[in-house]
Amino acid sequence: MDDVTDDDRVFKALADPTRRFLLDRLFERDGRTLTELESDLEMTRFGAMKHLRVLEDAGLVVTRRSGREKLHFLNAVPIRLIHDRWIDKYTERRVSALADLKTELEETA
Amino acid sequence: MTTETETKVTTQVFRVYIKATPEAIWDAITKPDWNERYGYPGRGDYDLRPGGSYRATASPEMQEMGMPQVVVEGEVVEADPPRRLVQTWRFLWDEQIAAEGPTRVTWDIAEDDLGLTRLTVTHELEDAPMTAAQVAGDPRIMEGGGGWALILSDLKTLLETGKSFHG
Repeated sequence: MDDVTDDDRVFKALADPTRRFLLDRLFERDGRTLTELESDLEMTRFGAMKHLRVLEDAGLVVTRRSGREKLHFLNAVPIRLIHDRWIDKYTERRVSALADLKTELEETA
Repeated sequence: MTTETETKVTTQVFRVYIKATPEAIWDAITKPDWNERYGYPGRGDYDLRPGGSYRATASPEMQEMGMPQVVVEGEVVEADPPRRLVQTWRFLWDEQIAAEGPTRVTWDIAEDDLGLTRLTVTHELEDAPMTAAQVAGDPRIMEGGGGWALILSDLKTLLETGKSFHG
């Protein structure tokens, strides 16, 4: 499981309106059961489970047992990782672009 | 619709997979020379015995910006290296948030079948809405978010690359 694959899973999971809706529901109130989440969707229980499974595989949802119930929690860490890595990357590029420009201007001066 | 099944859950769960041994992750959490290198600026000192103290000290720069010396205090409830650490957690940087009293943090470290180590932070936040908003990295109170997601993302980056992003 390398980093590219992790990112791919997250982007794929986020590329679906139903799954984004599920994440929004968990953002509003965390720790919900399948029954609660399913009741917000116009689809079968099996359909809801499939979407939650994709979110779980991407690490965006983590489940935890509480008594007899399985609760779903929003996990923001994968999104943060993408944010950190990309900001890092673009900042670096901007800095190096400025450094290149400086070199170029100084050479032609 | 199914309001009768809704129970109020105040717990938050954060999970990250890290290419590092459980021991390395344990040290990165519990040793101040490690934990000062990622997340928010400061050091966390643990007395790793049940009843032992936990104190997170703000860096000098943070203190200059008005943070108190001790920003988080807590107590070690359970220490089972390198698998499980349970502690209490109470922010001290202002009176209101300190008045919410101690919350409970559990660190679970487990190897998965792909050779990665899975770190799960479970924060139980009953009757602590301000603390909950802080650790959730609520973008309404923190530009760009933060909280545990920032800390764990940075911890992963540090252990896998030797460099941290925020620390």
